[in-house]
Amino acid sequence: MDNMAAKPDETILDEGIEKGAALLTDERIEKTILRVLNTEGGARIKVYVDTCVHCGLCAEACHYYLSHDNDPRFSPAGKVRQTLGEMIARKGKVDREFMKKAAEIAATQCNLCKRCAMYCPFGIDVAYLMSVVRRITHLLGMTPQYIQATAHSHSVSMNQMWVREDEWPDTLQWQEEEARSEMPKLRIPLEKEGADIMYSVIGPEPKFQAQLLYQAAILMNAAGVNWTMPATPGWDNSDMAMFTGDSELMGRIKRQHFETAARLKVKKIVMGECGHAFRSVYDTGNRWLGWKIPPIPIVHAIEFYYDLIKEGRIKIAQKYAEPVTLHDPCNVVRGGGLHEKARYVIRAICDNLIEMHPNREHNYCCCAGGGVINCGPPYKMARINGNRVKAEQLFAVKARGARTLIAPCHNCHSGLEDINHYYGLEMNVKFIGDILYQVMEKPE
Amino acid sequence: MNTEEWDWETSEKCVAFKDWHQQFEWVEEPYVSPDGEIIAAIVNVGEGEFSICANGNIQESSFEKIWRLRFTPDGRLTALASDAGEWTVTVDGAAWENRFSYVWNPLFSDDGHSIAVSFQQDGQYGMALNDVPWEQTYMNLTDAFLSADGQHTAASVQMIAAGESEIHKFQAGTISAAVNGKAWDRNFVNVWGKAVSHDGARVAAEVRLTLYDYTIAVNGVPWEKTYSSVWEPVFNPLSGKFIAPVRQDGKWMLVEEGQLLWRKPFHQLWHPQFSPDGKNLAAIVATEFGKWSVAINGQAWNIRIGELITDMVFSPDGRKVAVVVKDNERWGIAVQDSVWKNTFDMVWKPVFSPDNTHIAAKVEKDGKYTIVMDDRIWPHTCDAAWDPVFHPEGELLLFRTIEDGVYRRRVIPIRGIWG
Repeated sequence: MDNMAAKPDETILDEGIEKGAALLTDERIEKTILRVLNTEGGARIKVYVDTCVHCGLCAEACHYYLSHDNDPRFSPAGKVRQTLGEMIARKGKVDREFMKKAAEIAATQCNLCKRCAMYCPFGIDVAYLMSVVRRITHLLGMTPQYIQATAHSHSVSMNQMWVREDEWPDTLQWQEEEARSEMPKLRIPLEKEGADIMYSVIGPEPKFQAQLLYQAAILMNAAGVNWTMPATPGWDNSDMAMFTGDSELMGRIKRQHFETAARLKVKKIVMGECGHAFRSVYDTGNRWLGWKIPPIPIVHAIEFYYDLIKEGRIKIAQKYAEPVTLHDPCNVVRGGGLHEKARYVIRAICDNLIEMHPNREHNYCCCAGGGVINCGPPYKMARINGNRVKAEQLFAVKARGARTLIAPCHNCHSGLEDINHYYGLEMNVKFIGDILYQVMEKPE
Repeated sequence: MNTEEWDWETSEKCVAFKDWHQQFEWVEEPYVSPDGEIIAAIVNVGEGEFSICANGNIQESSFEKIWRLRFTPDGRLTALASDAGEWTVTVDGAAWENRFSYVWNPLFSDDGHSIAVSFQQDGQYGMALNDVPWEQTYMNLTDAFLSADGQHTAASVQMIAAGESEIHKFQAGTISAAVNGKAWDRNFVNVWGKAVSHDGARVAAEVRLTLYDYTIAVNGVPWEKTYSSVWEPVFNPLSGKFIAPVRQDGKWMLVEEGQLLWRKPFHQLWHPQFSPDGKNLAAIVATEFGKWSVAINGQAWNIRIGELITDMVFSPDGRKVAVVVKDNERWGIAVQDSVWKNTFDMVWKPVFSPDNTHIAAKVEKDGKYTIVMDDRIWPHTCDAAWDPVFHPEGELLLFRTIEDGVYRRRVIPIRGIWG
């Protein structure tokens, strides 16, 4: 376990929150809160807060609440009450200590997974309300340090991981060369104007997980896809600014992504197995810019694999034998409805899919998404303790035979690795692409 | 581009492009010179060995890697090439003298005489213009820029080292702009898109002063007013000042050095562009959420497009504007507030005839390419096509296509195209 990890209820000193709070005055806090409430949030916030009857149905939907023995402080309504509810009730007259706690709750005790919104009889979107709190804390300069650092990376490099402009094409060329040992005529076509598809990924792939680029290249070449990758910034579809509340930066990142695709004259953007990036390009970022729908259609990897297999463009040599289970990522399942396509793909490439329960749109969040894992090591144990219920869910499916855990989302993947390790699950956590690459027929 | 000197007499020239596939291990996607006389492609000539084939002739030099094959506007064939771990730029088969650890992002001046690239050498970053690298290099470089006249290079550069987790050091300002290699005197949180005055004396850029305060800086001096966001500046050739879209109170507006230029704000406003004579100013706008249009001198067209407007272009006389539009999942063209009836799977940037009377564009439908002119489709389907080029007097069109594996350079009288 990480030495920097804190115990569940220990106050975590985060440089981003602490230093930001030290600069605050009561006047600035009040002015900022009222500005957001009155000019950015408007009626939606008031309706949500006024409508809640504190029925408690949202509580049972929240993995933090369930994992903390039904502690009401971790219920969605409770989190709103401790943050935005108080800000509204006190008309913005809250102090810096209050704001520090509010920042921690909004940034690290809610994954914006929207499971609670599904169970709320009025459809109150607590994720939105927590996003409003994050927006306020952004404007007050008290975002947690690690995720703020990631937003800085986006602002300079237009990617999540400070990947420099030269490192990106260089990495793709390296992976192209590597993959030619397996498929001698393989290409990763850079800047191919007029290709059918632009393939976009998130920063960690070139930084730490270059094998995923390799696998995608094998898949594209084997399926005969007319594809390209940009050699310029705009290749990264991820977006931590969306989660810090820096809407202006989020818009800048998304504009570059879509305008890169438009410049390359592609008909679709196919994105890798990432959930939050899907939310950013499919819902939040595009809309902030004024695009009601993505201006270039977005196809998540799950849907792309589905199409390739269904159309017979990828053949399976031998199915994956070890029993698998599927974690449904919030953003592409509750947010994108891709759960049945994911199952079609998995049944096509695996011998035995054992469902975890609950599943599909009812699945528990991984507790990493919504920018929580990006708040870094200080919150690692809070995140792991906040999802004991996930470990219980996985132990149950493991008891029924599942040995491999498929998580078609980067944040889910990393968060579930932590759950897997800490709780001693000893499951193999994989992307769909890992298995697809392993079992597909690969032309010489 | 002096198109008058091109061969407008020969009605058709052909190159058997398909044959190259028998000659080489593989042939990458081809590129065609602006005058249509040369078709070229990167070809694999053996394991880990690449060269460039132009009109069937293989260049003498080969490299371990070649990418970014492109013609300059004046018809020179450029590429980025690597041997023994070093990278350089090749122009018509001749490599630059300078070698770098990596080169990328080639930029061309409007006339094609200048070629700029970003380079990294032993972990330091700079730009090189026509094989002359900046004397001063930096610890990081982004957003490279070359002026339209090819005289000035600029980029955002990192001036102060800061660890990834040193967020407050970053917010104090670590980034500046380097113009022709020399950095501004002031650092910013961020520096993004740039523009240069026509005399080259002033460079403007989008900057972020704090996490929340955006503005435009000219030669490193920010405008007095700040905004919640800005988009890249554009030089106004008549006033001699810079304009930029800025966001205030949730709306986008157009300002010139802080002064409101267009009275009406928009839900979105970007890609402002002056007509060639500088008298008219157009921008792509959203009049409200999800409703896109074009505004000319502040007045939006009546048409509303649901998905995307891009590739805006003025006619040479500056009186007409054409754009590529995407609505209901189909691509098309809009000219002067009117959307053409034909739709396609993809549409490239429209091209005006020199006399402003015709508009043509490369289009794609059902995996085949052709040319559309004035909303009428050329009845040939091609495996590949490039943008059409009008004769200077507007009576002829140059079509560059691949059909059945043969590259064809056709000169066609406009009146004869559609019978």
